[in-house]
Amino acid sequence: MSSLQSLDIRRRSATVTQSPSQREATEIAKLIDVSRCIGCKACQAACLEWNDLREEVGVNVGVYDNPHDLTENTWTLMRFTEIDVDGRFEWLIRKDGCMHCADPGCLKACPAPGAIVQYKNGIVDFISENCIGCGYCVKGCPFNIPRISKKDAKAYKCSLCSDRVAVGQAPACAKVCPTQAISFGTKKDMAAWADKRIADLKERGYKSAGLYDPPGVGGTHVMYVLKHADRPQIYAGLPKDPKISPLVEFWKGVTKPLALAGVGLAALIGFFHYVTHGPNEVQAEDEEAAAKARRTPAE
Amino acid sequence: MTNLWADIKNTDLVVIMGGNAAEAHPCGFKWVTEAKHHKKAKLIVVDPRFTRSAAMSDLFIQIRPGTDIAFLGGVIKYLLDNDKLQKEYVLNYTNAAYILRADYKFEDGLFSGYDEAKRDYNRASWEYEFGDDGFVKADTTLQDPRCVFQVMKAHFARYTPEMVERITGAAKDKFLEACKWIAETSAPDKVMTSMYALGWTQHSKGSQNIRTMAMIQLLLGNIGLAGGGMNALRGHSNIQGLTDIGLMSNLIPGYLTLPTDAQADFAAYMRPRGFKPLRPGQTSFWQNYDKFFVSFMKAMWGSAATKENDWAYDYLPKLDVGAYDVLRGWEMMHQGKINGYFCQGFNPLMSFPNRGKLATAMAKLKFLVVMDPLATETSEFWQNHGEHNAVDPAKIQTEVFRLPTTVFAEEDGSLTNSGRWLQWHWKGAEPPAEAITDIEIMAKIFLKVRELYQKEGGAYADPILKLTWDYEKPQHPSAEELARELNGRALADVPDPRDAARLVLRRGQQLNGFGELRNDGTTMCGNWIYSGCWTEAGNQMARRDNSDPGGLGLTPRWAWSWPANRRILYNRASADVKGAPFNPKQKQVWWNGERWTGYDVPDYGPLVKPEASVGPFIMNQEGTARLFTRGMMRDGPFPEHYEPFEAPVANPLHPKVGPNPVARVFKGDMEVFGKAADFPYVATTYRLTEHFHFWSKHVRINAITQPQEFIELGEELAKEKGISSGDLIEVRSNRGRVKAVAVVTKRIKVLKIDGKMVHTVGIPLHWGFTGETKKGFGCNQLTPYVGDANIETPEYKAFLVDVKKLGTTAA
Repeated sequence: MSSLQSLDIRRRSATVTQSPSQREATEIAKLIDVSRCIGCKACQAACLEWNDLREEVGVNVGVYDNPHDLTENTWTLMRFTEIDVDGRFEWLIRKDGCMHCADPGCLKACPAPGAIVQYKNGIVDFISENCIGCGYCVKGCPFNIPRISKKDAKAYKCSLCSDRVAVGQAPACAKVCPTQAISFGTKKDMAAWADKRIADLKERGYKSAGLYDPPGVGGTHVMYVLKHADRPQIYAGLPKDPKISPLVEFWKGVTKPLALAGVGLAALIGFFHYVTHGPNEVQAEDEEAAAKARRTPAE
Repeated sequence: MTNLWADIKNTDLVVIMGGNAAEAHPCGFKWVTEAKHHKKAKLIVVDPRFTRSAAMSDLFIQIRPGTDIAFLGGVIKYLLDNDKLQKEYVLNYTNAAYILRADYKFEDGLFSGYDEAKRDYNRASWEYEFGDDGFVKADTTLQDPRCVFQVMKAHFARYTPEMVERITGAAKDKFLEACKWIAETSAPDKVMTSMYALGWTQHSKGSQNIRTMAMIQLLLGNIGLAGGGMNALRGHSNIQGLTDIGLMSNLIPGYLTLPTDAQADFAAYMRPRGFKPLRPGQTSFWQNYDKFFVSFMKAMWGSAATKENDWAYDYLPKLDVGAYDVLRGWEMMHQGKINGYFCQGFNPLMSFPNRGKLATAMAKLKFLVVMDPLATETSEFWQNHGEHNAVDPAKIQTEVFRLPTTVFAEEDGSLTNSGRWLQWHWKGAEPPAEAITDIEIMAKIFLKVRELYQKEGGAYADPILKLTWDYEKPQHPSAEELARELNGRALADVPDPRDAARLVLRRGQQLNGFGELRNDGTTMCGNWIYSGCWTEAGNQMARRDNSDPGGLGLTPRWAWSWPANRRILYNRASADVKGAPFNPKQKQVWWNGERWTGYDVPDYGPLVKPEASVGPFIMNQEGTARLFTRGMMRDGPFPEHYEPFEAPVANPLHPKVGPNPVARVFKGDMEVFGKAADFPYVATTYRLTEHFHFWSKHVRINAITQPQEFIELGEELAKEKGISSGDLIEVRSNRGRVKAVAVVTKRIKVLKIDGKMVHTVGIPLHWGFTGETKKGFGCNQLTPYVGDANIETPEYKAFLVDVKKLGTTAA
């Protein structure tokens, strides 16, 4: 969300200059233990609260998932799946959101210098003031996470509460989770904790219980303990073997420098547009949206 | 709760039935996940729906709404047939061995003494056989055919696994699997915990639902043990406090009861409250009743309550009926017999059954005062909100006063949680606008009323004029002052009864606990069970030391729990007859050769030797727990399966006696019970984790997470009716209708009940016509106006409806 972080950066989008690398950083991770998750949506509520985000009050379309998809305001969402697994009925509940890949497709795809950064601790964050709203990150993400705002045409997604983590706090969702289905710590500790949980699940007859930390994206800094780790797709379409799209890899290798030149040109054109036509004015609907966002329940 | 939230982590088996802890008590459910992870505990969920609790379970069994007693009765039969009992416990700590009167009977669905005209029992025969010594006869071999154990065995012999399946729809193999897991906790060092809530209480036999499980827990020896117990999950942060403080029409604080019309003076009131021990040497702690009562009267009327005037006994109101419960109150309002109504922290227009009747009743009021932090539906019952509240304001003359109050975070005070802990909290924010505390509003109203009585006089003004009101600021009694009054203090020097030269308390001192209460007017105490919460050592409720000697999570120096800071009730029963813990790995209290000691406050005389044969259930006249309740419950000394008042089938056990034969039904309400021919589907109502009752829909974030009223249908029923998820449907009962979005789910299956396929319809309750969510109808448009036979809790959990598709897309 902001570049005013006290976290060191490992890499940034469309940038070749060396990032500061003096300080030590420990790799962190959030572990979501699906077998302990009761789907209470406290994490969703905490995310809206901490990040000052609000959705419109929607409608019910015949499911428990509300809102119905991730949006520029909903950075995390409980997804519910009713399914028979090996002859046993299960109601699978998965907290969806950014996985904070070690090899982030969004960052690789991003043409805007410094719009997407990866901190040394593993968090992948969007630096919104640098975002040009091109939507390449959406295409680059193997998990279909980023969303483009209708209000400011910038991309948004879970920041893993980089602002909280920077001052030694756990992400808001982990803080409020009543059953400790969401834990937060070093990636090493989280993997060890996951091992214990997996052992417990195996004892209870879930032979395929395991950790979701997909190697196709270099591992992730949001990991799941799944009862059926051999079939992640049954958890509302969690990809079995996520990989960055070959198009993105191609773009990164060959096309990007060329495209960047195009972006530079666009910026130049934009500058002349500003000089000749003046800045974009705030529209009435923007004011209205802002007023709605400020609205308090008491009213 | 007999136990406490954190203690659930100590269990080997959690049974969630009659509740949905993961959704309705998500923060408490963390202790289930702790038990599963650290103690390898298993979780069984029995419910009409596959809930979010079920999603966490090791075994889920779907039953038809309103058939819990049949299921649990089957469990009792399994335990008795397979000898899966904690024998030392059953023999010594329950009334299993006591002999019953020869004329006690149960035949064709009715207990002895039934009077059909009165819809009531003469309960005289539901009694023990007494010996010449005045004590109950017992057969410790448990062989006498008239002993409780044998009579119980005969009573439950009908609850075979086949009968359980026929009534409940639970598959026999799954039922037997559950029985097996439950039976394993009959081992002295294994425990099961029962977590339940409104899923058991909101039935016409709600109290008996709970009793059936209590009997199972006694047979297994699980009451009094860490990780065991009967754990009622209370629905509001302070609803335990509400009942403790006696906010029921027939109670005064600390579960003392209000006098009846027939009890003309204090002696007549005390006569049935002697609580003579029924077995030799028993404590029968309620023998101290007069000490609690007199101290309460001194708290109310101070020096105006004297021995000469029966401690101002005449000032107390006297009940002319069993109780003025909510159903009776609204029935009277409906008849025009109540014309003013103070509604405090409550939203009855949405909460009580048969909304049509409620709306008509409220329109007959002359005035309505609503004290609430929110603009509730009740306070706007006169406003037209289209089909969601189709009233004509021009025809409603009720004057409505809305007095905005603070929420808990805007005031100091204590909340009593499900585990009986009184936890002090401090004001976190100033209240908005003109909101003031409930205490301040009531104080100001009281002072004004008193002033009117002083100026103008009135019929019997003494109870008002002489009420103690010695607060520093009469208009603003502080939470501290009220808490100190609940604890109680000495009104005179109190000498030691064993040594008159020694003073227990000096005049004005705060009491240390209810053991210091006197029946001679030298002590005052607002609520005897809260005595000890604010002593000379200060506010015990504000303690925040979470040290945990023993490691069971009892944390005895965190806040304060009633009674006497005891964390687990009946904990003497966690030790064997000789005083050694049944489970050495989870030691609570034990006899050390000289006294009772341990990590909890012993629920027993600290110096009473184990060989003294004093039973562990010291509150009971028997000293033991009751498998057979004598005449204490209106609808039977043993539980029996009765159908809901609206049922899809005749009672398979006794077709002639369908629903609870003594549940009270008012004229006019009986007539609007629906029949299965017109309303073929069983409906049940419930809460969702995203909302808290009708309150959190006023909060934008909660509204976002569950924005609109919906109704859940199983796939089979949806297919029959051509309904898809997201369609707009109408659900009707014989009292009203609800239009809502359909959620078609695999989580509700069709059940085979007594040979008939029966569908269940699930109706969440949170939406109304005020707040941030989309407007909704509320499930009480549909629910029947009948309550539990003992405590009148309305039957929200089982009734009949019909379902119709209205459109393909929900508008």
